[in-house]
Amino acid sequence: MLRRPFFWIIALIIAVFALAPVATGDVELRESLLLAAIYIILASNLNLMLGYAGYVNFGSIVFFGLGGYICVYLLGAPGWPLVAAAVAGGIAVSLLALVFGLGILRLRGAYFALATVGVNAAVQAFVANFTPWGGSSGLYLSSALFAPLGGPMKALWTIYFLIVAIMGLSLYLSYAIKSSKFGLGLLAIGQNEDAAAVLGVPTPLYKALAYSASAFLPAVAGGLYFFKGAFIQPADAFDLTFSLEAIVIVMLGGQGTIIGPAIGAYLYEELRGWLLTSDTFANFQLVAAGALLLVMVQFLPSGLMGWVYARWPRVRHVLE
Amino acid sequence: MTALLEIEMLSKHFGGVQAINELSFAVEEGEILGLIGPNGAGKTTLFNLISGVFPCDRGRIRFRGTDIAGATPYRIARHGLARTHQIVQPFESMTVLENCTVGACFGRENLSRAAAGEAAREAAVFVGLEDRLETPAAQLTIAGKKRLELARAVAARSVLLMLDEVLAGLNPTEVEHMIGVIRGIRARGTAILMIEHLMQAIMSLSDRIVVLNSGQKLAEGSPGDVANNAAVIEAYLGDPELARELHGGAAI
Repeated sequence: MLRRPFFWIIALIIAVFALAPVATGDVELRESLLLAAIYIILASNLNLMLGYAGYVNFGSIVFFGLGGYICVYLLGAPGWPLVAAAVAGGIAVSLLALVFGLGILRLRGAYFALATVGVNAAVQAFVANFTPWGGSSGLYLSSALFAPLGGPMKALWTIYFLIVAIMGLSLYLSYAIKSSKFGLGLLAIGQNEDAAAVLGVPTPLYKALAYSASAFLPAVAGGLYFFKGAFIQPADAFDLTFSLEAIVIVMLGGQGTIIGPAIGAYLYEELRGWLLTSDTFANFQLVAAGALLLVMVQFLPSGLMGWVYARWPRVRHVLE
Repeated sequence: MTALLEIEMLSKHFGGVQAINELSFAVEEGEILGLIGPNGAGKTTLFNLISGVFPCDRGRIRFRGTDIAGATPYRIARHGLARTHQIVQPFESMTVLENCTVGACFGRENLSRAAAGEAAREAAVFVGLEDRLETPAAQLTIAGKKRLELARAVAARSVLLMLDEVLAGLNPTEVEHMIGVIRGIRARGTAILMIEHLMQAIMSLSDRIVVLNSGQKLAEGSPGDVANNAAVIEAYLGDPELARELHGGAAI
């Protein structure tokens, strides 16, 4: 494992994310990198379904939002510590995804994609009417909760480092799954599900496990993200825009590759930042994302890394 | 001693079409059983029923003493039954070796990924794909893809292998090579149930032959018996040209 160049590439990415804002003390850089890290987490985990198993999950943001809700709720009245609340959110969402997955993964293609949008909409509707979680007006956290982390300024740094760590874990998870027997089965399902089943791949179980695995880290990240804002409401937690952006990122970087979603996320975040601050495009940021998706699907369906690997097959063994 | 695979009174219909009608036969350990019949006789449907792709309506399928009727395809594969597809189904963007590794990983021996890699390499070499190990399956010729279908099934180290027209679309040299591979598989003790339209090949390869027509068994016996069976020649073959070919094949 330590001998694989890929391991050092992940370590380098984490080191740059962790050290760049510390070295410069630049809070704005930190916020921009935090968003990039969230995009990497969402895209890497989405890639487990989209890139490996070949199932398009349009509602992957439901994991992030529901994880956020569970964490924020546990931090409030029950008074759980931050890490415990975030991890509990991750576990709960992962188990729910397993149960849901066994059901909706009987659907294929466009029907599955529609069902994932439905899951997100249903959870959002449920939460908006669930009074213990504040219904449609959401949940607020008292700023006193930042005190155990050394006050708001220090807490923001702690949350940033935790999210960078989850980003690293997401990349590692992608790698660990891809190099395992489970991952081989998923890739076979992604290529030809019927042939995979005839060769002995337990397809319903593997798909549900992949769906569940892809839920865990985004849910934990959601908990930290909404703790940072000290506020969560259904419209923010289950915003489909984030889901669509994650799909654009995976397609941009290269579905099924490990490093692709990370590169895609960074490029997309840079592009998004540039568009949002430019005079001309400020209100058209999502139009650009849509156009980018169209161009990628049309001309580069395997994404940037897919293109690189097709041209220089040897690079695949280094970068995965 | 019971047979390896026992089919008993098996039936399946699609809408108004009775695809398989109260069919019974058995495959013995280590034998090659040929399955022939005109287009639409129900041969591929039978494979789909045995491998669990479709559920059957009635009847029993016993494999190694266990009733597998209604089991899922992946359980049946784990139990030691492998098959190839008439229309090749490779994992296009995976390499030949990765394709075979899937077969080995999830086959009868349930190998770890590392052990499966070895079994996969051995299977690929066995069918003659040793020069193509790192080639993506999409880039293989049709003959190469047929070999890959076979290699994946071989890598699974199954007890029974069902071959669905592995010789179709191959040129005479490729057919010759493939027949050698099939004999090699049998020599390892694997039983084979094969569908084939290439009469000479199936007549020379098979120990026994079952003739299927409209989902029912028309005849069963040694290649010579079947070729001389009046019902087969009249009702199914009809064509005297084909009948002569059958005799030729049996004489080999």
